[in-house]
Amino acid sequence: QVEQVKLLDRFSTSNKSVTGTLYLTATHLLFIDSSQKETWILHHHIAAVEKLPLTTSGCPLVIQCKNFRIVHFVVPRERDCHDIYNSLLQLSKTAKYEELYAFSYNPKQNESEQVKGWQLIDLAEEYKRMGVPNAYWQLSDANRDYKICETYPKELYVPRTASKPIIVGSSKFRSKGRFPVLSYYHKNKEAAICRCSQPLSGFSARCLEDEHMLQAISKANPSNRYMYVMDTRPKLNAMANRAAGKGYENEDNYSNIRFQFVGIENIHVMRSSLQKLLEVSGTRGLSVNDFLSGLENSGWLRHIKAVVDAAVFLVKAIAVESASVLVHCSDGWDRTSQVCSLGALLLDSYYRTIKGFMVLIEKDWISFGHKFSDRCCQLDGDPKEISPVFTQFLECVWNLTEQFPQAFEYNEVFLLQIHEHVHSCQFGNFLGNCEKEREELKVKEKTYSLWPFLLAEQKKYRNPLYNPDFLPELTLLEPNTVSFNFKFWRNMYHQFDRSMHPRQSVLNLIMNLSEQNKQLEEDIKELEAKIKQRNGQSDVVLVKENQQSAHPAPVALKTPPCFKKEQLPVPGNDAVRTIEGSNTADNRYSELVSEFSKAEPAVVSLEYGVARMTC
Amino acid sequence: RFVGSLGTIVIKCKDLRIIQLDIPGMEECLNIASSIEVLSTLDSVTLLYPFFYRPMFEVLEDGWRSFLPDQEFELLSSATDEWRLSCINKEFSVCPSYPPVVIVPKCITDEELRKVAMFRYGSRFPVLSYYHRKNGMIMMRSSQPLTGTNGRRCKEDEKLINASLRPAKRGYIIDTRSLNVAQQARAKGGGFEQEVHYPQWRRIHKGIERFNILQESLIKLVEACNDQSHNMDRWLSKLEASNWLTHVKEILTTACLAAQCIDREGASVLVHGTEGTDSTLQVTSLAQIILDPRCRTIRGFESLIVREWLQAGHPFQQRCAQSAYSNSKQKWEAPVFLLFLDCVWQILRQFPCSFEFNEQFLIMLFEHAYASQFGTFLGNNESERAKLKLPQKTMSLWSWVNRKEELSKFRNPIYEANSLVIWPAVAPQSLQLWAGVFLRWNRPSQYLEEAHEEMVKIINYNKELQERVKVLRRHLAEMEAAERAQGNL
Repeated sequence: QVEQVKLLDRFSTSNKSVTGTLYLTATHLLFIDSSQKETWILHHHIAAVEKLPLTTSGCPLVIQCKNFRIVHFVVPRERDCHDIYNSLLQLSKTAKYEELYAFSYNPKQNESEQVKGWQLIDLAEEYKRMGVPNAYWQLSDANRDYKICETYPKELYVPRTASKPIIVGSSKFRSKGRFPVLSYYHKNKEAAICRCSQPLSGFSARCLEDEHMLQAISKANPSNRYMYVMDTRPKLNAMANRAAGKGYENEDNYSNIRFQFVGIENIHVMRSSLQKLLEVSGTRGLSVNDFLSGLENSGWLRHIKAVVDAAVFLVKAIAVESASVLVHCSDGWDRTSQVCSLGALLLDSYYRTIKGFMVLIEKDWISFGHKFSDRCCQLDGDPKEISPVFTQFLECVWNLTEQFPQAFEYNEVFLLQIHEHVHSCQFGNFLGNCEKEREELKVKEKTYSLWPFLLAEQKKYRNPLYNPDFLPELTLLEPNTVSFNFKFWRNMYHQFDRSMHPRQSVLNLIMNLSEQNKQLEEDIKELEAKIKQRNGQSDVVLVKENQQSAHPAPVALKTPPCFKKEQLPVPGNDAVRTIEGSNTADNRYSELVSEFSKAEPAVVSLEYGVARMTC
Repeated sequence: RFVGSLGTIVIKCKDLRIIQLDIPGMEECLNIASSIEVLSTLDSVTLLYPFFYRPMFEVLEDGWRSFLPDQEFELLSSATDEWRLSCINKEFSVCPSYPPVVIVPKCITDEELRKVAMFRYGSRFPVLSYYHRKNGMIMMRSSQPLTGTNGRRCKEDEKLINASLRPAKRGYIIDTRSLNVAQQARAKGGGFEQEVHYPQWRRIHKGIERFNILQESLIKLVEACNDQSHNMDRWLSKLEASNWLTHVKEILTTACLAAQCIDREGASVLVHGTEGTDSTLQVTSLAQIILDPRCRTIRGFESLIVREWLQAGHPFQQRCAQSAYSNSKQKWEAPVFLLFLDCVWQILRQFPCSFEFNEQFLIMLFEHAYASQFGTFLGNNESERAKLKLPQKTMSLWSWVNRKEELSKFRNPIYEANSLVIWPAVAPQSLQLWAGVFLRWNRPSQYLEEAHEEMVKIINYNKELQERVKVLRRHLAEMEAAERAQGNL
């Protein structure tokens, strides 16, 4: 515990700060300022701690978080600062999974709730929903005990015609044994999205089983005999891989395939791209042109567009040509996950619901072994394995929600919350790198699943404009991928920089209104029931009711547009309140009024603030 | 504005739309093309549409008389008596680009004003632009003083500017040119106020671009937006090269600065650039939107445009002649007003509940400023408008807009009056390209519009439900009262 610590505003030029006390707990860093406002930072969220050179006011300490929060403390005494620095370094870097927050987090659930929570998302159920197993596709037990592929789940769906020897043979010809399996099945088109890793083709190697495997996939689609093979890497990278005995499919060796590169860059490029983006967006007193050229140089939006473009290509193959598609990259757990999941999201409106999005993440990311632990640096490990692949996926989805405001049941807050917990290590879902690892960690017994918690507070994550019947006939989304449609995701990268956000949020307002609407509907039902009940009692009242119902129209016309302020100025209102006693609506109104984000005058970030000019 | 070839006419409109017509006959095509050419480049103002337009609606209120200076002054005099209405410019004899009546400090006589006018470029002497009721601070605007290289002075000018300050108060002169540009202006007889001669005032320079730089910026931006084949890097670098958002940021920052001086520092402000008809007006009008809740209502915003743009003599006819697709370089063309609207849109986006009008209202104003069936934006100042007899011969835009049917389209459904000062964020991350204008014809907007409709539906449904609950409650209460009465019997 250190007192008299200053928290600096990241973008303010006048070095405004709040003073308070800094605490370190076992799991969190806590800062309480003089007005008792608390700032909690989970140790697992800390990406880097940096001590800056001593200044006159104390020792500055900058903490960068994985959720893009950056806090800047000034500790008066250097000793304290050093201590904090060291403790944070230790606390934020964990060597063993068992020490992660998830294993100590206790949300006060009993065992059966915990089990139920883990059962909320059932992938077998999901494949059933897609329509498999069926005449062409079946569940394979080839990977029981993770024998063939350690990073795949146990239950995999393959074409019926793919026998076990074919599977085994194909897996030996694929990097990390990740042979082609079903990711998504499109019932109406009878076409499938399959995924795998790169073939170990080198310059000329062939594998008959692998060729059979691909043939089996294309034959499993009765509506189109040829299939696409999408290599999501840039051609140059794929060719370079050949020297290492890996590579890509030779169209001549496989019958009826159409091979296509789509050019998404690898994890290292993405990592440094994000680094550049953060450098630019974190600059103080940034000019518009520096921002735009920084945005361009980082290449970040170009990468986002590349992923969406790839997904659009995939979707066209399925929706227009009814052709099955096999997607792979190098190991088939980064770019492949991005493209497969985004493609499915465009094809199937189920994944645009709150529950469906959870299923999609469970399926294409968690179960197929996206290396969350390595990519998000859950344990102290190789910094070269870190990469914002999943963040990119969320950003792609966000861009789609911007283009189709009514197509998604969830809102931006939902995406941000998932991003938060991918890094928080508070829940078991994202721990480790694959199913096998999670099984060994006994994640399902020792930790909790994130999804029931999100579902319980889904009110917060609902898009009030969501229209389930959006595009009734075809559920397919066809996004426009012209460059100007992709925007910088301010709410992700500046989530904690309040000075940058609009002061009033339309989303919150509409969310509140539609909540209020539901409540009002209930109120009306209740009132009507009461009136009905009374009507049964006396006839006199009935006459009155008729008179009454003739009146409301003129009142409605007079209502001013600023309806939120009026606290029901009806003469009879007070009487109603006293009679009914606990009227739910009353509390809620005041709550709502206070919730409406009023314009709070905030200091404008002027580069040449008045303060500086006058002195 | 059009390129004709082989039976195809491409019409590039001022609202940035591009229409392509395929016409079968070559000769007909040429005829049509030349007709369009002639009709779209009429020389005489009096041949323009507003002089022939006959409204198809009933005029309830003459927009030409909707916003008179007298009303504005009445409002002012309810708060302070330090100012007076001067009719010195009655026949536009003192300053051709000022309206006949202006508001000046009470202690300055018309005679003194005449002398000040001689000392200011284009005779635009300092006049009141805004009075901040909260603390009595004021904002004035003018053109540059004619100090020249030898530092001319004008006692009356110094008196006027100092008279606008209350005792022991300070003021800021915001010069919308960079110090460099302002210094260069001295060689041409212009210049800036020496702080020694205006002891209570501090001068701040903020460089806002003008004329052809803005026009080129607009042309580049529109070009970038119209080319859908750009990859991401190219798009971003084109957007950057256009500098449009830089201008938006500059203007917003300066307006915030002016507002900050007034509201936070408790100081008065004088704003001027060179002529005081462009960047000056951008700053004074935006500062008022930030400070004054009234300017965020439909009526108040209209009044602001009349006061700070039309009457203040922004030369609309010169600035808004051709828009972004002009081939011939027009020396006076510049999207000054469009930039102002863009800035308003940026604030509107950041405070979506604090404006009575919506984005459509701003887009409508943009369209009418460039091409309109109404006479409101014709001419370069009030004097020209009087000469053209616009109020007699044409219809005012306000007569049309302020009818119930039209207003309903421009109302912001989530408006809630907000009496606070609203400070917009000006970080580049907080600014956005105004898609409603620049991508309007290039992006699919169907889904966005549907979403907007849904939003309006939710809001209206909410109102409806509240009404019903109210009625039912009252009803129930009456029934209960009746019951009690019966019980008492």
